[in-house]
Amino acid sequence: MPRIGLDIGSRNIKIALLDGERITVLKKEPSGFDPMERCRRLLAELPAGQITATGYGRHLAEKDFSCATVSEISAFARGARFFDPTVRTVIDVGGQDSKAIRVDGAGRVLLFEMNDKCAAGTGKFLEIMARALEMTMEEFGDPLHRNESRVRIGSLCTVFAESEVVSLIGRGADRRSIAYALHDMAAERVSSLVGRIGVEPSVMLAGGCARNPLFAELLAKRLGTPLLIGETPEFTGAVGAALTE
Amino acid sequence: MSNYDQMWKELGLDLPSHEGLLNFLGEAYQGIYLTQKNRPTGMAYFDFVISEVHGLRIKEIVDARKAGKKGIGTFCVYVPEELVLAANGIYIGLCAGAEVGTPQAEQYLPRNTCALIKAFFGFKLANLCPYGEVTDLIVGETTCDGKKKAYEAFNEITGKVHVMDLPNTKSAEGRALWRSEVARLKEKLEAVTGVKITAERLAEATKIVNDKRRALQRLAALRAAAPTPISGLDALLINQVAFYDDPLRFTEMLNKLCDELDERVKDTVGVAPADAPRILVSGSPMAIPNWKLHHLLETSGAAVVGEESCVGARNYRALTPEKFDGLEDALTKIAERYLTIDCACFTPNDERLENIVKMRDDLKADGIVHYALQFCTLYTSEGFKVAKELKEFPFLRVETDYSMEDAGQLKTRIEAFLEMVRNRKK
Repeated sequence: MPRIGLDIGSRNIKIALLDGERITVLKKEPSGFDPMERCRRLLAELPAGQITATGYGRHLAEKDFSCATVSEISAFARGARFFDPTVRTVIDVGGQDSKAIRVDGAGRVLLFEMNDKCAAGTGKFLEIMARALEMTMEEFGDPLHRNESRVRIGSLCTVFAESEVVSLIGRGADRRSIAYALHDMAAERVSSLVGRIGVEPSVMLAGGCARNPLFAELLAKRLGTPLLIGETPEFTGAVGAALTE
Repeated sequence: MSNYDQMWKELGLDLPSHEGLLNFLGEAYQGIYLTQKNRPTGMAYFDFVISEVHGLRIKEIVDARKAGKKGIGTFCVYVPEELVLAANGIYIGLCAGAEVGTPQAEQYLPRNTCALIKAFFGFKLANLCPYGEVTDLIVGETTCDGKKKAYEAFNEITGKVHVMDLPNTKSAEGRALWRSEVARLKEKLEAVTGVKITAERLAEATKIVNDKRRALQRLAALRAAAPTPISGLDALLINQVAFYDDPLRFTEMLNKLCDELDERVKDTVGVAPADAPRILVSGSPMAIPNWKLHHLLETSGAAVVGEESCVGARNYRALTPEKFDGLEDALTKIAERYLTIDCACFTPNDERLENIVKMRDDLKADGIVHYALQFCTLYTSEGFKVAKELKEFPFLRVETDYSMEDAGQLKTRIEAFLEMVRNRKK
């Protein structure tokens, strides 16, 4: 029977279908107001399989689909190892949380850290800031941004940082510099989280924010190590869940 | 419950809000405690104590005060219970474990004050804690900056706070200071109660307090069995009740429960599967009704086997010598006993690291969860030291308050941690 990994995140639902060790389907949809309804629809399009759920909605799925669950941390560890067996440090920057995980050669979790009850250093932070700058995510995460105006963002708090951005715009700072400074701040926050478990190569950046080239570049710079980024980083958790025994 | 309305009114409680609090507490207790499987029958006594937490126990204290006894409130395990009992006082740990009266508390305290301090203020300002109202003296202590400043304001409101100056180090000078503070508390208690504290009275009181500690030690040792004969939640509750129940009755009932647990251990009867990850919780105190972390851990499949905490081992680890050579010797021995407590407010505090390792080994723990109240600088800081000391041993740092907003995030962390611990056990 094929295996299905269901990663119900705060922003998006990701689903992976595995036939043995081969990924056959990857799908993503916004979680919306009724994530279980979305899950049902996504699952209806797939052949029957053995489901394992992860992500913040895993316990809802456990009830609705009477399936197994696994924490995001174990799922990301397993998924990252599947994509690259040399991985020893996994960094996931998702919609509402960020985590750093140390894994062994078998993809088992040895140590992990997660952000506290705070949006700084998460995908949500970057999303809110892009909106404040009236940029699309692609424009916002452009790796060619440079901080020409030498903008400094002092506030770690998303709410205060947003008003800082508004006043910077009011003072005429250019948007590209502000975007750069905001990414650097998020990278600083995440790198301090990673510092708590230590950086052991290879280091993989997973989760939706791995698709943001400016963030990835600044984080790699702060960590002083290159980052492995797969072709489908946002599906790391779903694939890891599917691989859970 | 309503037959206590008159008493609560006389104590100045805000009756409608108080009823709300009791309903909330009852529901929480139902959901968290009474849904547990296979509890020892001896827990019935503690269930009863909780159902009467603001009722019968308060009535007992009200009646005792009418008969001339004095109520002595405390917030900390550094306040010598022996002295309180020797002065014929009733020793009462005050309410500080629920999110109550926060907006009122923030009129006096900065927002980034820990939940425990905000709670004791909140309980008082919202007129929801009958225990505070049946005290004649409240003994504070300089264990952290938050509490130091809080007691100043608390004294403005209640006018009955006596603060003990706890040193920062266990140096000879620190010990001398503490010895003199114990003598000063003796004077204060004598003035409040009108009872002269003698070596004989202290010896009697010490026996009572030691017997309570021995019973708590017995409970702690029984939890080393696999499977563990009692849930961490139930053991935590017993440790919380130890702070305000009548000590003689408490000791008797706890020993009865331990007799039952002895049988359970003999018959290898447990409350969790034998392979459940065994977790030692270490760090900030969990005042009643703060059951959040234990509940999250045990509903995720863990068995909590110990509390390295003030509401736990710090309260009962050391006994006080029971033979005194006069009053001065008694005060010295009592003062010394309290300085064996390994609170993070001391620097250095290496004995805490040793005690954690010892508890881990004695209780055969598979993992340690370090619990710090948010904004508790002392325990959050020591969390880093503990992590370093434990090297590769499974360790999870949790920093939280009394609200349930972060329950989902904590559950994710806890589940991942338990998955990690299970993998290691394989």
